[in-house]
Amino acid sequence: MNEQGSIWLPESASTVAGDVDALFYFILVTSAIIFVGVMGAMVTFAWRYRRRSENDRPEPVRESKLVEASWIAIPSILVAVVFVWGFRVFLELGIAPPNSYEINVTARKWSWTFTYPNGAVSTDLHVPVNRPVKLRMISDDVVHSFFVPAFRVKADVLQGRYSYVWFEATRVDTFNIVCAEYCGTAHSDMYANVVVQSQDDFEGWLVENMDDGSLTPAQRGERSYELEGCWPCHSLDGTTLAGPTFLGLAGSTRNFTDGTSAVADDNYLRMSIVNPAQQVVEGFLPVMPQQYALDLSTEEIDALVEFIKEQQ
Amino acid sequence: MSEGSHNYLSARKGLWSWLATTDHKRIGILYAMACGTFFLLGGILATFVRTELGTPGETILDQDGYNQIFTLHGVVMVFLVIIPAIPGILGNFVLPIQIGAKDVAFPRLNLASWYLFMAGALMAVFGWLFVGNVDTGWTFYTPYSSGASNAVLWLTSAVFVAGFASIFTGLNFIVTVHKMRAPGMTWNRLPLFVWAIYATGIVQVLATPVIGITMVLLFLEKLMQIGIFDPALGGDPVLFQHFFWFYSHPAVYIMILPAMGIISDLMGTFSRQQVSGYTFIALSSVAIAFLGFLVWGHHMFVAGQSALSSIIFSMLTFLIGIPTGIKVFNWVATMYKGSVWLRTPMIYALMFLFLFSIGGLTGIMVGVLAVDVHLHDTYFVVAHFHYVMMGGALIGLIGGLHYWWPKITGRMYNETAGVIAAILVFIGFNVTFFPQFFLGSRGMPRRYHDYTELLPNFPEFAPLNLVSTIGSYILAVGLLMILVYALYSLFKGPKAPANPWGACTLEWTHTGRLPDEHNFHETPLVTRGPYDFRLADDVFGPKEED
Amino acid sequence: MSSTGTTLKHYFVNHDQQFDAAKLGMWLFLVTEILLFSGMFVAYAVYRSWHPEVFVQASELLDWRLGALNTVVLLASSFTVALSIHFIQKGENDKVVVLLLMTLLCAAIFMVVKYFEYSGKFSHGVFPGAGFEPHGIIDGKDYSTYDIPFAPQFFSIYFVMTGIHGVHVLVGMGVFVWLVTRVARGHFSPQWYTPVELTGLYWHLVDIIWIFLFPLLYLI
Ligand code: HEA
Ligand code: HEA
Ligand code: HEC
Ligand code: CUA
Ligand SMILES: [Cu+2]
Repeated sequence: MNEQGSIWLPESASTVAGDVDALFYFILVTSAIIFVGVMGAMVTFAWRYRRRSENDRPEPVRESKLVEASWIAIPSILVAVVFVWGFRVFLELGIAPPNSYEINVTARKWSWTFTYPNGAVSTDLHVPVNRPVKLRMISDDVVHSFFVPAFRVKADVLQGRYSYVWFEATRVDTFNIVCAEYCGTAHSDMYANVVVQSQDDFEGWLVENMDDGSLTPAQRGERSYELEGCWPCHSLDGTTLAGPTFLGLAGSTRNFTDGTSAVADDNYLRMSIVNPAQQVVEGFLPVMPQQYALDLSTEEIDALVEFIKEQQ
Repeated sequence: MSEGSHNYLSARKGLWSWLATTDHKRIGILYAMACGTFFLLGGILATFVRTELGTPGETILDQDGYNQIFTLHGVVMVFLVIIPAIPGILGNFVLPIQIGAKDVAFPRLNLASWYLFMAGALMAVFGWLFVGNVDTGWTFYTPYSSGASNAVLWLTSAVFVAGFASIFTGLNFIVTVHKMRAPGMTWNRLPLFVWAIYATGIVQVLATPVIGITMVLLFLEKLMQIGIFDPALGGDPVLFQHFFWFYSHPAVYIMILPAMGIISDLMGTFSRQQVSGYTFIALSSVAIAFLGFLVWGHHMFVAGQSALSSIIFSMLTFLIGIPTGIKVFNWVATMYKGSVWLRTPMIYALMFLFLFSIGGLTGIMVGVLAVDVHLHDTYFVVAHFHYVMMGGALIGLIGGLHYWWPKITGRMYNETAGVIAAILVFIGFNVTFFPQFFLGSRGMPRRYHDYTELLPNFPEFAPLNLVSTIGSYILAVGLLMILVYALYSLFKGPKAPANPWGACTLEWTHTGRLPDEHNFHETPLVTRGPYDFRLADDVFGPKEED
Repeated sequence: MSSTGTTLKHYFVNHDQQFDAAKLGMWLFLVTEILLFSGMFVAYAVYRSWHPEVFVQASELLDWRLGALNTVVLLASSFTVALSIHFIQKGENDKVVVLLLMTLLCAAIFMVVKYFEYSGKFSHGVFPGAGFEPHGIIDGKDYSTYDIPFAPQFFSIYFVMTGIHGVHVLVGMGVFVWLVTRVARGHFSPQWYTPVELTGLYWHLVDIIWIFLFPLLYLI
C-alpha cells in the first residue's frame, strides 16, 4: 500500500487512494483465501477419492445441515462487511469538502478543456497540492469518462447535465488523465495530464494563463485550436487524422462527397466551422461536432480562420 | 439395443430432412453448427484484437478498424454464441430426453426459433459487411450509437430478431418442463441440468422483451430522432443504460445458468455420487434467476445514477454471491467420498470451478462501490467477464459437449487428445486473461486501440499486453485441437457404447447408442432420482466393439 | 400436420396435455408482451415525472373523444370474442363466425379512427422526432404554441406506444381472418378449439393495454 503502488495498483497520489486501496486489498486477500480453500478441497478430493476400479461403489454421504448452513452464513457475513466498508469509502469519494477549489471541465471528441475561476483555460489540468479540488464536468457530444488512475477517481461526463468528481492531490508530480468511456475513433488518444503544483506555482501559473488580450488574432486562433479541441482531428503537419490537415488547406481546392468542389477561402473556412455537415470533404465522415456554432464567439471563429490561413 | 437404421440420424436423409426438421435433437445440431461457426468468427476477431494490442503502436489495425473488430467480437460472442449456445445445442438435444418426453412442447416453434436466430445473425453480418461501420461497442451506448453509421439500424434489428428466438426457446423449455415430464419424473427427480435450463427460460422470457423494446427505441432514435435517449434532443442517455442493463445483466445469467447445470450433471456422474445439496442447487438456480433482475445498476456506478440507487444495487449484487457460493461448495462436496473419474468432461468441470471462482470473486470485487469507481471500464472488468463467460459458460459448454458427444454422434473422441487440449486451453486461458487483471487495476482502460502514450507513466502495460497476446495464441491452438479431434471422431472415431460414462439419467439409460427418432419406444416410467447410482448398478451399457 | 388439427401430435400423451401446453405457452407469450410494453410505460413514467406540466399540456392536443370511442370499440370487440368462445363450446359455429366478423369490424373501426388521428396530427406538423413542428389552429387550439421543450418527447412516446399497439391490432386482425375461415370450414368442435381460445387471450391483452394507454395519454 505504498505510494509507488504494487503489481495490483498503480502509484497513489490522493487522499482517498489509501482508503480505496485498503479496501481493495482486503477483498483481494479474502477472495484469495476463499479461492485457495475451495481449490484445495477440490484438488484433495479429486485425488484422494479418485476412481480406482470400474467397480467402485461409493457409499452415499449423509449431507450435513451444519455444513450447508455454514457456507451460507460465512459468505453472507463477509459480503456484509465488504458492503458497509465499500459504502463508506464511496460516500467519501462522492462528497466533496465544502472548501473545494472548483474547476470546470468540458469533454469532447477527443480532448479535454479545463476552465479556472479566474478565466484561465488549459488543456492539461493544473491543480494545487494538498487542497481539495472539485471538477464540474460536461460533454459537448457523447459520453466520456474522466479517470485518473493515480487518484482512484472516475466519473462519466455526459452531454446536457453536470457530473462531479473531487480529489485532493498529495504530491507534486504529473499524472495521466484518461478517457474511460468509449467515445469513438480516437478514444484511446483522449488523454491529458494532471499537473500537481505547489500552491505558489499554481497561482503563478493561473496568472500567466489569464487571457489578457495581448495576443494577435492568429495566436488567439492557435489557443482556440488547442482549447476547443480541433487538434485531435486536424493536424498541422500534413498527417490525416479524423479530419483533413490544416496544412496547406487555405486556398486549396476542396472536393466534396456530393461531387461538388470549392476553393477554401475565408468564407468557406468559416462555414466549415459553424456548419461542418453542409459540405463534407471527400474521404471523410461527417463527424465534426455541430457544437462550435454555439460555443465559439465571432472573434474566436475569425481568429481560427486566421490561424488556419497561416498553416502553409 | 438400438438397431442402426432407426436412430434419429438415419431415420431420414437429405438436406431438407435437416432444414425442415422438427426433431429437437436435430435442431440441437443445427444450433451447434451455427454457434460453432460464430464462435470461430468471434474467436478470430478476438485474435485480431489481441494481435493489435500485443505491441505498442499500430500493429495491424487502425483506430476505426480496431473499434469495429472489438465491437463485432463482443456482439458475436454475446448474442450469437453464448446466449443461444447451451440452451440451443444441449438444451435442445438433451432436455426432452432427460425428462422422458418425445419432443419439446412446440417443435415447430423450436425450428422457427432457429430460423429467427439465423435471420438475426445474417442481418448483423449484412449490416457489418455492406452498410457501414459498427463501432459502438456491444453496449450500444447513446448518443454515440444514435450518431453512428446506419449499420446500427441493422445491428439493433438483428438483436431484436435474435432476441425473439431466445424468448421462444425459453418459453418452449418452460412449457416442456411443466407439461411433458414422463410419469414418475417429479420435480425433485429432475436432473439439475433441467432445473438450470428451466431457470434460464424464466430469465429469457422475462428479460429479453426489454432488450427488444430498447432496440426498437434505439432504432427509432437513429432513424427519426425521437429524442428519448439523445441528450441533444432532450433525451436521457442514462435511461438507455438502465434499459440496456436491465436486460444485459440478467442475460449474463442466461449465459452461466445452463453451464452450471452441465457442471452439476458432470459432478454427479463422474463422482458416482448423489450431487450434494440437490435441492439447494436446484433452488439456487431459480434464486439467481430472480435476484439477477435486481442488480443491473452495478454497471452504472459512475454513470451518473443517484448515489442511493448505487448503494442498493451494490448490496443486491453481493446477495448473488450467496446462492452461487452454495453451488460451488456443493459441487466440491459432491466429490467427497466419491469415486472421481478424471475423464475429459470432468477435467473441464474442475477447470470450470477454478476459472469461474476467479471470475465470480472478481465480480464481487467490482461490485464494491468504492473499488468499482477505480476498476470500472478498465481491463479488470474485461478479465472478470472473460473468466465468467469464457472460463465459465464456454468451458462448461465444452465439457458438456464432450460428455454428450457419444450420445449425439454415436462415437468416442480420443481421450488423450482431449486431455492435452484441455491442458492447453487451461494454460492459454490463464496466460491470456490473468495479466489483464493487473493491467486493469493498474489503470488501463478498455476499448483502447493503443497504449503507447501511457507508457511513460505505465511502462508495465507493454509486457503485460504481450503476455496476454501470447496466451491467446496458446488458447487458440488448444481450441483448434479440439476442433480437429472432434472432426476426426465424427468420421473415424470408435463406436460408442450406449452409456460410456455409467451415468444414470434417462438419455443414457433408456436410449440406444444413438437415440431413436422419437427418443423412446414407450414412455419411460421413472422410479428414482437422477444421480441414484446405487439403484442403477448396471448402468454401464453393453460395450459395442467395432 | 393434419388440417383439422384435432389429431393428437405424436409427442403428446393425450389431448389434455396438448391443450394445457398450448395454453401455458400462450400465457408465457403474453407475459413477454406485457414486458415489451412495460419498457415503454417506464419511459413514459420517467419523462412524465420529469416534465409533468409539459405532458399535461401536450396531451391536450390528443382528442379524448376519439380515444374514448376507440376504447368503447375495443371493449366491444373483447366482448364479442368472449362470446365466440362461449358459443364454440356449445358447437354453434354459425354464431361464432358472425361474432368473429364483428370483432374484425371493431378492430377495423379502431384502425380507421387511429388513421384519422394520426393523419390529423401529421398534417399539423406533429411528427415523432425530428420533424416535430406543430402549426395551424384546430378546435381553437393554436398548435404552434405547443412547440415547447419536451413536447416532442410526449409525442414520440405517444406514437411509439400507440404505433406498436396498432401493430398488435393488425396482427390480431390477421389471425381473426384466418380463424373465421377455419371456423366456417368446421375445423373446430366443442372438444377442440384451442386456437380460438388462445387468440381470445391475445385479444384481451391487446385490449387491456389500450385500457392503460387511453387514460395515460389522452386524459391525465
Ligand atoms: C457469464 C457472465 C457473467 C457472470 C456469471 C457474472 C457474474 C457476476 N458479475 Fe459480472 N459482468 C459480465 C458477465 C458476468 N458477470 C459482463 C459481460 C460484464 C461487463 C459488461 C460490459 O461492460 O461490457 C460484467 C460486469 C460486471 C460488473 C460491472 C463492472 C463495471 O463495469 O464496472 C459488476 C459489478 O458489480 C459485476 C459483478 C458480478 C457479480 C457480483 C457476479 C456474481 O454472479 C458472481 C458470483 C460468483 C461468486 C461470488 C464466486 C463463487 C462463490 C464462492 C466461491 C463463495 C464465496 C463467495 C463470497 C464470500 C462472496 N459484473
Ligand atoms: C462469450 C463471450 C466471449 C468470449 C468467449 C471471448 C473470447 C475472447 N476474448 Fe473477448 N470480449 C467479449 C466476450 C467474449 N470474448 C465481450 C462481450 C467483450 C467486450 C466488447 C466491447 O467492449 O464492446 C470482449 C472484449 C475483449 C477484449 C477487450 C477489447 C477492448 O476492450 O479493447 C479482449 C482483449 O484482449 C478480448 C479477447 C478475447 C480473447 C483472446 C478470447 C478468446 O478466448 C477467444 C478464443 C477463440 C478462438 C481463438 C477461436 C478458435 C476456435 C476454434 C478453432 C474452434 C471452434 C470451433 C468449434 C467449437 C466447432 N475480448
Ligand atoms: C471529431 C473530429 C473533429 C473536430 C473536433 C474538429 N473537426 Fe473540423 N473536420 C472534421 C472532419 C471529419 C472534417 C471533414 C468532413 C467535413 O467537411 O465535415 C472537418 C472539416 C473541417 C474543415 C474543412 C476542411 C477542409 O478540408 O475543407 C475546417 C476548416 C475545420 N474542420 C475546422 C475545424 C476547427 C476550427 C475545429 C475546432 C474548433 C474543428 N474543425 C474540430 C473533424 C473534426
Ligand atoms: Cu472520450 Cu473515450
Ligand atoms: Cu451485471
